[in-house]
Amino acid sequence: MVLRLPLFLVRQVNEPVSEVLIRGGTVVDSTGTKRADVLISGRRVSAVEEGILPPKGVLVLEADGCIVSPGLVDLHAHLREPGMEEAESIETATRQAALGGYTAVVAMPNTNPPIDSAAVVREVREIAKHAMAEVVPAGAITHARAGERLAPMAEMAKLGVTMFTDDGDPLQDPQLMRLALEYSVGLGVTIAQHCEDRFLANGGLVHEGAWSSKLGLPGVPSVAEETMVSRDILLAKVTGGRLHLLHLSTAGSIDLLVKAKKEGVTVSAEVTPHHISLTDASLVGYDPVFKVNPPLRDRRDVVALHQGLSSSVIDAIATDHAPHPPESKEVPFDQAAWGMIGLQTALAVALTVMGKKELPHVKDAAIDPSSFRSPGSSTGAGGDLVISSNVIGGQSVSPTRGAQIQVASPEQQLSFPELLSLMSWKPARIARLFPRHGGPVERGAWANLCVIDPYAKWTVEANDLASKSRNTPFNGMELMGKVRHTLFMGDPVVIDGIAQR
Amino acid sequence: MGERERRTILLGSRRVGIFVPKAQVMSAAEVRRALTRMTHEIAERNQGGSEVVVVGLQTGGVPLAQKLAATFEEIEGSSVFLGSLDVALYRDDIGLRPVLPEATTYIPCDITGKVVVLVDDVIYTGRTVRAALGALGDFGRPKAVQLAVMVDRGHRELPIRPDFVGKNLPTRRDEMVDVSLEGVVIGDLFER
Amino acid sequence: MSDPFLHNLLSIEDLGEEGIAKVIALADVFAEVNKRAIPKVPALRGKTVALAFFEDSTRTRLSFETAARRLSADTITLGKTGSSLNKGESIRDTVRTLEAIGADCLVIRHPCAGVPEQVARWTNISVVNAGDGWHEHPTQALIDCYTLVNMRRLGWPEEDVTGNSRTSESLGSQGESPSPREHAPEELPLRGIKIGIVGDIKHSRVARSDSIAFSRLGAQVVLVSTPPLLPTSLSFWPVEVVHDLDSVIGDLDVLYLLRIQTERGGGRVIPTLREYSLLYALNSSRRALLPRHALIMHPGPVNRGVEVSYDLVDAPSSLVLKQVANGVPIRMAVLYMLLAASGGLQLDSDASLSTAMTHVETGEWMAYSEDTEHRSSGSSTPSVSGQAGERAGV
Repeated sequence: MVLRLPLFLVRQVNEPVSEVLIRGGTVVDSTGTKRADVLISGRRVSAVEEGILPPKGVLVLEADGCIVSPGLVDLHAHLREPGMEEAESIETATRQAALGGYTAVVAMPNTNPPIDSAAVVREVREIAKHAMAEVVPAGAITHARAGERLAPMAEMAKLGVTMFTDDGDPLQDPQLMRLALEYSVGLGVTIAQHCEDRFLANGGLVHEGAWSSKLGLPGVPSVAEETMVSRDILLAKVTGGRLHLLHLSTAGSIDLLVKAKKEGVTVSAEVTPHHISLTDASLVGYDPVFKVNPPLRDRRDVVALHQGLSSSVIDAIATDHAPHPPESKEVPFDQAAWGMIGLQTALAVALTVMGKKELPHVKDAAIDPSSFRSPGSSTGAGGDLVISSNVIGGQSVSPTRGAQIQVASPEQQLSFPELLSLMSWKPARIARLFPRHGGPVERGAWANLCVIDPYAKWTVEANDLASKSRNTPFNGMELMGKVRHTLFMGDPVVIDGIAQR
Repeated sequence: MGERERRTILLGSRRVGIFVPKAQVMSAAEVRRALTRMTHEIAERNQGGSEVVVVGLQTGGVPLAQKLAATFEEIEGSSVFLGSLDVALYRDDIGLRPVLPEATTYIPCDITGKVVVLVDDVIYTGRTVRAALGALGDFGRPKAVQLAVMVDRGHRELPIRPDFVGKNLPTRRDEMVDVSLEGVVIGDLFER
Repeated sequence: MSDPFLHNLLSIEDLGEEGIAKVIALADVFAEVNKRAIPKVPALRGKTVALAFFEDSTRTRLSFETAARRLSADTITLGKTGSSLNKGESIRDTVRTLEAIGADCLVIRHPCAGVPEQVARWTNISVVNAGDGWHEHPTQALIDCYTLVNMRRLGWPEEDVTGNSRTSESLGSQGESPSPREHAPEELPLRGIKIGIVGDIKHSRVARSDSIAFSRLGAQVVLVSTPPLLPTSLSFWPVEVVHDLDSVIGDLDVLYLLRIQTERGGGRVIPTLREYSLLYALNSSRRALLPRHALIMHPGPVNRGVEVSYDLVDAPSSLVLKQVANGVPIRMAVLYMLLAASGGLQLDSDASLSTAMTHVETGEWMAYSEDTEHRSSGSSTPSVSGQAGERAGV
């Protein structure tokens, strides 16, 4: 079988084994759900059908009871390289990405130097050549991310950069934001905004509400985010620019998004796994691991995000993976760094919070439900697949340090295809990676795939994650859903939950 | 509380054992007579007691000290200073016995140059008295310190000897002696 | 409470009404010690108390230091200057160093809320919160409770004690004041008292701790301030809120004035200090609206002329100096409670204030361990305070 490789993705090492068979799974992609084995030859899918007999010498990956999905796409990760390698590197970040089921991650430009010129874009691509997932650099909107003048967006766009953002330092100047959106129209790129009015945020450290008042920590009001969401939606409407709203966190922001989409504004939005799962009550012990921007909001906001996801008004779940070494987190709350890691836990958190607690299309696929593995859960003799109530039925999962996972109410929960769309094909389209990533699993498609054991329960151990940093807010919590295998351009980078390099 | 026979013994609010009485060794009258005798001895030793300060040790020595001071006044027709002293903060075994907020220390006058008569219910190892001597030092420099106890049950661990004793009562270490104006009872302490 | 012995004092909520009552009772003991010719006891001999103040403080640091020394503990003082923290050492490493040196207790003040709580997670030694950011100042709340409970013991507010200078000396003395157990046991000691806390509530750790503590002791707490100087949400607070001081001043038994925290951003909220004074300061015309028996409190340091007019700080109804004076016995009580090994106070989560205040009356007392006297005073209530406190026969 002769394969043609896209030049920019030719990798010099780790030529994939020639053939891989994913056997016994249920394929879920943007076209639907079907019971099928998937044969990968080289970098592409060569067959998708039931009962493929393993050819000689093929690597067989078992997928009994698992979902075979297009690889996940993260719109928002801080890889810290170049410049902050003590926190993370492209190698360690993409290893986590692979372990988390991702085959592509958009790298935020707040590195040192920042990704604000073609040279840095090339450097990041160069470092990422051997990475375990595709690293998609996002460019800075403004030079040095200083919010003063535009960065050379066109030269970066020529290299294939499709998303520009000053994430972490929200673009405050409304005139400059208007300019960026106008300029982006000509380049055909997306402007992504971290929505926070710095005046209204006023040095706040946590969500302004009951908990900030109780804990005596300065609060960031919801209106600091909503003011910016509102302003940028108006600017997108005026300019026709494509606007992506990063990590929305408040009920008010979702309302504004609903209205904007109704009016036909070209706007997309993402939410993070931590904003849909945790509330500001997590801060009760003042652990800076819960310090994140935007801050963890209250229960009402979390429910609004669940609603936004279930009504499809939110387009993607993105990690905002933000590694920080322990010395940046084991300090007084006001001095602690902002952010949490998430690549390895995102899918499991999303499944735990939003996943429908039933099997997908079991009858359609005409397979024995008991073939779906659910270790540790109550798989009754009759194939009764009810997950024990402490994970699913109740409101929360294993509280640690006062933090509890907020599980969506049953009517807001999503089916597996719906949930995977938010983590794979929808974000792939926003980042213009479709169909290389997130495309349907069919003959001839690029073999960017992940195999998910949706009911596997596991407990997060910060020390066991592949990050250089430990700042996961989910340490010690039990989650549901684990990535079993990941194939990146045909290369089985994760087999049975173990990174292959 | 006197009618209660078996008593839960508390250390602070922690229950450490149960006191089971087994024999009455002094009646109320005997206690009263012993106190009267000791008062006479104190008055005799201190030439009438114009410079005597009677200090009861918290908590068992306090009612005895009150009674002793009243008796002194009856006998001599003149009064003595009466105070109380809690030694919890001076003990060498801090932590074994908590400060009882109700066990107050009250020293009625400057004790420098005066004779302080410490009054306690039972003398046993001598550690309470040692602590009391330390505590008194923080209030002044008495001319002399004397010790009056209702029961001396032996087993001293320090070179301390009472000057005035109501009754010498040989005991075992695992026994317990309960002293009040109503009498003296010996019993067993069952630790929980 | 899983651990019955209090190991840290991070928030006034660690104590509850029972714990507050116990600290107050212990403070009576130490108030007496403070009156002795040699106001020092060997209770904490051999213990080391580290004082780490990462924010300026005079009265709190001095008062903790004095308290520790009067208990014969050794003290180590650590400031934001003159320590390795200036060389980039983290608080975590500093705390570990103190632990390695052998400190038994860390009294910590920090401009950021939550630092004592974080530090307590990093160390096994006892941690006392001496003020963290806007969050809490639990020992100040204990002082304020103690000050008011002492006034109650004198008969206030039914009896006018404000104009009576004679009372000032007897505060805290068991010998002269009625003891708390003379209250009906089920009665919380501040029941029926209405306390208005006035001023910059939002940035005030004292307001947070005091609101909780006063309410626990049965008082009714009213916060008086303008919305920008109030916390966004009071859903956790057992208080009511009023914006206009003059509308409630006539009902108050205690007017608790706060300092405007210009260093924490309080100064930006109100256009001018004059305007703040206009709205919330105690001046002689407002004093006239306050009931005659009402008392004035302030955690200090006082900005004379801003929160309170110059002369009223020293008025007989002002408890400001009593608050300061009560600092030492309260902090002695706290340190003793945390550090005197198992003899520290045990908090039973199911016990109530009334049992805490009256448990002595059951007459069930201590048994000593092997090396101490076995004795009991079961049949005689050790009620010395009234009788023994007088010269017999006179």
